[in-house]
Amino acid sequence: MNGFVDGYLIPGVIIIAQSLLLLVLLLVSIAFILLADRKIWAAVQLRRGPNVVGAFGLLQSFADLLKFVLKEPVIPSGANKGIFLLAPLVTVTLALAGWAVIPFNAGWVVANINVGILYLLAISSLGVYGIIMGGWASNSKYPFLSSLRAAAQMVSYEVSIGFVLVGVLLCVGSLNISDVVIAQEHGLGTKLGLPGSFLDWHFIPLLPLFVIFFISALAETNRPPFDLVEAESELVAGFMSEYGSTPYMMFMLGEYASICLMCAMTTILFLGGWLPPFNFAPFTWVPGIVWFVLKALLVFFMFAMVKAFVPRYRYDQLMRLGWKIFLPISLGMVVVVAAVLKIMGWAP
Amino acid sequence: MILHTLFFYLFSAITIASGLMVIGSRNPVLSVLFLILAFFNAAALFVMLGAEFLAMLLVVVYVGAVAVLFLFVVMMLDVDFVELRQGFQQYLPVGGLIGVVLLAELLIVLSGWVFAPEAVKGVAAPIPDVAQVSNTAAIGQLLYTHYFFFFQAAGFVLLVAMIGAIVLTLRHKPNVKRQVIADQVARSQKVELHAVKPGQGV
Repeated sequence: MNGFVDGYLIPGVIIIAQSLLLLVLLLVSIAFILLADRKIWAAVQLRRGPNVVGAFGLLQSFADLLKFVLKEPVIPSGANKGIFLLAPLVTVTLALAGWAVIPFNAGWVVANINVGILYLLAISSLGVYGIIMGGWASNSKYPFLSSLRAAAQMVSYEVSIGFVLVGVLLCVGSLNISDVVIAQEHGLGTKLGLPGSFLDWHFIPLLPLFVIFFISALAETNRPPFDLVEAESELVAGFMSEYGSTPYMMFMLGEYASICLMCAMTTILFLGGWLPPFNFAPFTWVPGIVWFVLKALLVFFMFAMVKAFVPRYRYDQLMRLGWKIFLPISLGMVVVVAAVLKIMGWAP
Repeated sequence: MILHTLFFYLFSAITIASGLMVIGSRNPVLSVLFLILAFFNAAALFVMLGAEFLAMLLVVVYVGAVAVLFLFVVMMLDVDFVELRQGFQQYLPVGGLIGVVLLAELLIVLSGWVFAPEAVKGVAAPIPDVAQVSNTAAIGQLLYTHYFFFFQAAGFVLLVAMIGAIVLTLRHKPNVKRQVIADQVARSQKVELHAVKPGQGV
């Protein structure tokens, strides 16, 4: 009995408490990130954005939450009821499950698994099921077309994301996410004899991969300019056309959770995770999580600016970019990175 | 160990049940969704065996890519599965025979493992010590070092298959206008303006 308490009960309670803390903090930050997205978008278009609920509109997302939850959910009569309601649940669950392996600071991770990078790749590739199921179960033409688009688009861009990850992993030599960050303590800058700084992070030696990953992340999360899945000028609201109230809100929440996950992934893979930009006195006093959040927010700011600046792609242009440009470049970069590591003897 | 056993039976029960639903459900899209559930639980069983790399690969490759294409095809094609089931009685003996052969082969392999442990030592690459090498590194060692030529040959076969598929489906229609990005980029920077008379065009 003692073994049960020590072996299962106490670790189980700790893991549940950690997950709940992470979830609550994550959901609250997503509420504000959603607001930030709308504010940035508004500022680029010289509008004010939401500014009524609370000071500077800070409570807008919570007002939206109440509105969505209190509305009546409508299920179309021809819809496949079970799958129609399962689809938003799948989207939210998968988007939140990815956060289990994200390290916010040295050792601050719920599940420090050996194959963390592959887990993230698996989770992000599963995200398409929420969209396909929602689009099919709605039993309506626009959602169906949208889900077909989503399937093709996300499978295409996953291929280049996979090769970008291979390129990064060649430099790291481990599939553990914490190791990816630790490997960025020493890099280009320290090889030149400088103290540890932002020059060591992967985004400088792997710049082409960084750019490809950023753009593929936009396509993978269906953000503009790649939001062909919910292009309102062609498909009304895409796979969400038949959704309203709480199920719609869950799609929205899942979408933003996976966008934030992609921002965190970019931070970890290329921007040094929790590492400070300069490894000496005033910068090292700041806790690692602050650097992590700042970097992730910077990446999100880039996401928001892209949404405001870039017009939507046409579908054939999207496919051309994925298969004819990103795939050859990322494949070539894998060969180049492997060759350089081998010739210079830098392979871990 | 109690929890371990409980979870093992939970995952296996769901795997078998969803496997049955794949062939049992009337709606083909539901069949594919149950297939995905079966893959997922098989991945969970791999994790319980300590083969986390295989588990993640199963999810990334089969659930994330292959099953998406399945779903794509099943949703697009208007397959009448009731009609497909017409010849069930006729094909039952052949299907049953294949099933029995597969089961027998599995039993022979697995019983060899249990009853003749010395046979395992005869394999080309001995199973490395789990404490020393992670299973990702062990698989890499096996695939890219010991069986490198077989790996290359498999890749070559896949390449040939891919070229075959492209050759079979590629059609160049003569009258279709296509966007040639290179021509657009190579165009001179000068923006040309034409004074267009109404009713006549350029």
